[in-house]
Amino acid sequence: MTPVSRDRPFLALVAILVIVAVAMPLLAGTPFALSRYLANAIGQLASFAVLALALDLIWGYLGILSLGHGLFFAMGGYVMAMYLLKHSFVVTGTVPDFLQFMGWKDFPFYWAGFDFFPYALAVAVAVTLLVSGVFGYVSFRSRVGGVYFAIITQALVYVAMLLMFRNDTGFGGNNGMTGFSVLFGWPMGTSGMITALSVVSLLVLASVLLGCRLLVGSRFGALMLATRDDETRLRTLGYETLRLKLIVWCLSALIAMVAGMLYVPQVGIINPRLLSPELSLEIAVWVAIGGRGHLVGAVIGALLVNAVKFWLSFAAPEVWPFILSGLIVLVVLVFPNGLIDLAKLKLVRPMGARRMAAELEEAR
Amino acid sequence: MAVTALLVDGLTVRFGSFRAIDDLSLAIDYGEVRAVIGPNGAGKTTLLDVISGITRPKEGRVLFDGALDLTQASDSAIARAGIRRKFQKPSVFEGLSVRQHIAIGADVGFRSTFDGPALEDRVDEVLETVGLSEHAGRLAGELGHGQKQWLEIGMVLASDPKVLMLDEPVAGLTDEETERTAALVRALVRPDRAIVVVEHDMDFVERIADRVTVLHEGRTLFEGSMDRVRADAAVVEVYLGR
Repeated sequence: MTPVSRDRPFLALVAILVIVAVAMPLLAGTPFALSRYLANAIGQLASFAVLALALDLIWGYLGILSLGHGLFFAMGGYVMAMYLLKHSFVVTGTVPDFLQFMGWKDFPFYWAGFDFFPYALAVAVAVTLLVSGVFGYVSFRSRVGGVYFAIITQALVYVAMLLMFRNDTGFGGNNGMTGFSVLFGWPMGTSGMITALSVVSLLVLASVLLGCRLLVGSRFGALMLATRDDETRLRTLGYETLRLKLIVWCLSALIAMVAGMLYVPQVGIINPRLLSPELSLEIAVWVAIGGRGHLVGAVIGALLVNAVKFWLSFAAPEVWPFILSGLIVLVVLVFPNGLIDLAKLKLVRPMGARRMAAELEEAR
Repeated sequence: MAVTALLVDGLTVRFGSFRAIDDLSLAIDYGEVRAVIGPNGAGKTTLLDVISGITRPKEGRVLFDGALDLTQASDSAIARAGIRRKFQKPSVFEGLSVRQHIAIGADVGFRSTFDGPALEDRVDEVLETVGLSEHAGRLAGELGHGQKQWLEIGMVLASDPKVLMLDEPVAGLTDEETERTAALVRALVRPDRAIVVVEHDMDFVERIADRVTVLHEGRTLFEGSMDRVRADAAVVEVYLGR
């Protein structure tokens, strides 16, 4: 694999993310400032891109397709929503809608401590690791893989959705949770808060991208690819692939959880629809369109598909499913490796060819 | 003095009602190259599968070094004990470079256990042995069939295994490549290493094998030198004669 220092697409993408993150607060208040809507959209897109990286790590580099990553995304989201509601209640005294709706006087006992962010974060990490760890161990231990694993993950996210639709679980039920008014003591919904959340999302995206890049470029990353290409071969060289798969699977779940924690304060609501199989399938579509097995591709795929979706949700919401399906057909038939294939087409080649020639020259 | 590396004792493997291996017993010593031949379905690859922990036998055991029962150990534990195997179909990691393959084969662990330069030296040495030094930076997916075979041999060789099993190392190779592979296998012979080769190419077997075991319907039909194998009436009947 190209060393990080010469991986131009990667470096370019990190640079763009950081530049946008720095420019947004600097431009605030000037005529060049982004609208609140645009700033918020960028932040949401960034959290989707983090989610895409989580899936690409496990699917693109380890060959394990999860169609249930919305589960871990929602875990982060729900915990974040619990923190926001409890914290808002402590600061402003506003009783959350779902408590009034259920006719409950007080928060259920398991909401205790959620107004303290480090505790909420610890719970999110613990629950995500527990669920992903147990599920991953049982599946990988019995050598469940391929399409069977994908179907089970899809079932898992569906079960979670049914559970969260129940109103008596104390997590908002089918209406979900909304009305977040305070975050870390600051009021939500101000331009400053929107920009801040967007900047944090971009910086987290850049960090996760960098972390994943270092991981896949390491010896451990080579072992991930080896597991993807021929697991039996690697096992009969003495490697415990179960451990390797479990580590990457849990790491991927954690990244998806972080994405969910970034997403919920920006969208301002969480409900069980985040656990719908459609969202989990869509994550795979972003990665497939961008280029699975390419971190930069996954990010671009997530940004591009969701940007189009955002725009269409104004312009023509009813055509979105057709566009999405069309993109899938296009990717499957024409670009099996996603948009990364475009980079290999003739119209982009002259630039790449020059670079390769320069690198060869340098190597001599 | 010959010391037994692998002792196969009363081994039976069934797939449904089919007995792939039927009460098989044999011993393979350190320092020898043992060829296992036989018609299709004789149980050759199944035997390697049992030794490498991929298939579990119905009955019997396989002792390594007289102590470790391989039928109770996991495939990765068997590999770590020093038993490595090249598969029938060249099994390489398409997305990794030749160099990465050898490094993965040389050193088990998620992190490198011995320091960088020592590993590099070992990788260079193995690449030299299997003749792939010029291709070190190429992706395995770009290699020719013969080069993939050698790459896989290099990968299993890199850890200095005590038992080296090669399943059809010259299948699909040109005469020249077969010749090179034969020389390579003979160069790998050491007093503290047993080499087991499953192969259909009789001229190749004659060049490399110290002893030959002929399997037929999951049992040993004959064991001895290649000359005597060719002369044996029963072997000619089931296998060579056809």
